[in-house]
Amino acid sequence: MNFRTPLGRARGLGSAKQGTGHWLAQRLTAVALIPLTLWFVISVLIHLHADYVTVLNWLHSPAVAVSLVLLLATLYYHAYLGVQMVIEDYVHNGWLKISSLMLLKYICILLAAAGIFAVLRVAFGG
Amino acid sequence: MATDNRPLSPHISIYRWQISMTMSIVHRFTGMWLALGSLALVYWLIAAAAGPDVYAVARTVFGGWFGQILMWTWAFSLFYHLCNGIRHLFWDAGQGFKIRTFYITGYSVWIISCALTLLAILFAYIYGSHP
Repeated sequence: MNFRTPLGRARGLGSAKQGTGHWLAQRLTAVALIPLTLWFVISVLIHLHADYVTVLNWLHSPAVAVSLVLLLATLYYHAYLGVQMVIEDYVHNGWLKISSLMLLKYICILLAAAGIFAVLRVAFGG
Repeated sequence: MATDNRPLSPHISIYRWQISMTMSIVHRFTGMWLALGSLALVYWLIAAAAGPDVYAVARTVFGGWFGQILMWTWAFSLFYHLCNGIRHLFWDAGQGFKIRTFYITGYSVWIISCALTLLAILFAYIYGSHP
């Protein structure tokens, strides 16, 4: 799906460095997070006092594992986009801004990868 | 070119207080707090993958009074960010810009997110006492 207009594509990157990509990605992830987070909160509330084996059995279910992988990927993409905006708004020092944006990206990818790996490890019975 | 002395916007100090500014600030704040809270989610999943001993430690951490307070602040942040986020999506669709609608939805976000948090707390402690 290409949301760019033919004119925008022909002109290339403007002074803003990009078009509606950031805005659109934030909305797409936001909409996806509505059902995902609601499901997650209800699941956590139900398993609040569950023992280890019950939680493990829950994580073994393919539907749960896939939902958690989707939640982690969407959540960290959305969090990245949000924190990125805050850094861009409030950090004005050039080097500090660039390095915090880089660090943010690395941390978000690291946490998403670690979380998804943990889910898969349990799901595949590691 | 000197870029340091350019005027900054918005000048918060010259604004009269409005609900919209509070809601916007809280939306950002809850977003940041939730981003931090995602660490708890990853910790919990890693603990589950690491085995019963590590998971028992995680349960103690989340079950302690400090862990519980953190969890409820994250629960409120999530409900607030979710409700106000849906409000934002309606604005993106061009809806809800009438002043009256704007105020009604704004206060509704507060009421609904507080109610959902209280409901979750009630459920957790009542459900917890009958395992």
